[in-house]
Amino acid sequence: MTTSELSLDEAIFTPPEPAPHQVVTPTAKPTTTLRISLATLGVLLALWWAITTAGLIQPLFLPSPQAVLAKLWLTATKGYMDATLWQHLGASLFRIVTALLAAVLFAVPVGLAIGLSRKARGVLDPLIEFYRPIPPLAYLPLIVIWFGIGELSKILLIYLAIFAPIAISTATGVRNVDPSRVRAAQSLGASRWQLIAQVVLPSALPDILTGIRIGLGAGWSTLVAAELVAATRGLGFMVQSAAQFLVTDVVVLGIVVIALIAFTLELGLRALQRRLVPWQGQMH
Amino acid sequence: MPNSPSLIVDHLSIRYPGSGSNEAALHDVSLRIDADNLVVALGPSGCGKTSLLNAIAGFVTPTFGRITLGDRDIDGPGAERGVVFQDDALLPWLNVLDNVAFGLKLRGAPKHEREARARAVLAQVDLAGFEQHRVWELSGGMRQRVGLARALAADPQVLLMDEPFGALDAFTREQMQELLLRLWQQTGKRVLLITHDIEEAVFLATDLVLMSPRPGRIVERLSLHFGRRYAAGEPARSIKSDPQFIETREHVLRRVFANRSVSAGS
Repeated sequence: MTTSELSLDEAIFTPPEPAPHQVVTPTAKPTTTLRISLATLGVLLALWWAITTAGLIQPLFLPSPQAVLAKLWLTATKGYMDATLWQHLGASLFRIVTALLAAVLFAVPVGLAIGLSRKARGVLDPLIEFYRPIPPLAYLPLIVIWFGIGELSKILLIYLAIFAPIAISTATGVRNVDPSRVRAAQSLGASRWQLIAQVVLPSALPDILTGIRIGLGAGWSTLVAAELVAATRGLGFMVQSAAQFLVTDVVVLGIVVIALIAFTLELGLRALQRRLVPWQGQMH
Repeated sequence: MPNSPSLIVDHLSIRYPGSGSNEAALHDVSLRIDADNLVVALGPSGCGKTSLLNAIAGFVTPTFGRITLGDRDIDGPGAERGVVFQDDALLPWLNVLDNVAFGLKLRGAPKHEREARARAVLAQVDLAGFEQHRVWELSGGMRQRVGLARALAADPQVLLMDEPFGALDAFTREQMQELLLRLWQQTGKRVLLITHDIEEAVFLATDLVLMSPRPGRIVERLSLHFGRRYAAGEPARSIKSDPQFIETREHVLRRVFANRSVSAGS
């Protein structure tokens, strides 16, 4: 009761905001959310440490945080399965970045075509919708039969996972372009190609970037499946082979590294989104 | 005037395919926009005024009738007919200057030339100094001025304005009306403006076209002079408090309501 009365008094004595559409609270909110998230993480770590150090769980099932850290040092310097952590990481990043670049290169034009042309939509939409809901592990054998067990199959699997979200978001973005923007450009004399390059594509950019974010998440989660195929390097391979030999600390280490990389990529893409499309959410 | 051909709308009808009713959105509308005229089409929603503007802009194809500018038939959008939209329709990834220069860029004008032109037009709409601003940081009235500048920079023969001040607050709207009259005076552009604001229509128009729905048609035409009086230097307040202005406004108001009750009763 007293706290609510107190905050009420504060509200009365605080001078009113001059501009109602520039409310400042949203900037204050994320920091408190961040603090809560960090606290949650800290509690979890402490719990992990306490349980394992007290010997409540055998290291075979859950190694202690110290053990995982020690393993991090060991794999980073000496390596695991004939490759250091950095080489595993490099192999995985190479696969996902190659797949991502290829997907952006092909999925954006495909999405553009689907959004712009009824015919292209009729041809391409069912194809994408057909393979999109299939789990990658289900069509992995087919890819291996067709393309062998080399690097191509691994990258192709990740590529397919990234392709669909980007193509679909691009098509959505293209279809949602403000019609009066298109008309404005037409009445300034824009040709069809000028319209696509200078109005439609930039208008769809926020959706394309969202598609890349979703696609990258899907691609990253396909990584482990891709590295089931005769890999000798890669984070997914490292985790799997460690699991086979019950080296639990390497498994945990691999999972943590995969999570951290995915998180970093997501943050990077969000920053890119803020930089490239700062008007998102600011118009109308 | 040889270099400013008339825009002629000749027995125009528009019927949208697939719209359940068999009534035309626009039925047998004829209209002429001569040099130096500011034509205002006024009417309630559904009277076809936006269809009329869209047909002239080339966004929709007439079902019957034709629209000509000089000796050319209109069969699609074109840079000789500039359009100002109710929502500014600006491109947020371009700054104010590049938005205004956009039409010239599409035409392939060299950078220094289009930027000089854009700067000059921005000064005309009182936005000098805002060239590098991002458009989404501007107020609604300023964005609308950028939209107006963008249309003017392409130097069209006709300026088509689709309820351009409809989303603005009353104070800004009056400022924009006065700005439009000044620009009209300076540039001598012919203008077609669509609105549902009676006072705005009476204040701006040299030719007021009253429209009515079901089917969309013209029910009355008035030749007015209040806009010209403002352009000649008389203050807006003195015009708007002139008994003649008030009388005209009330007359138009009565006509709009008369048509509405007739069409509601039928």
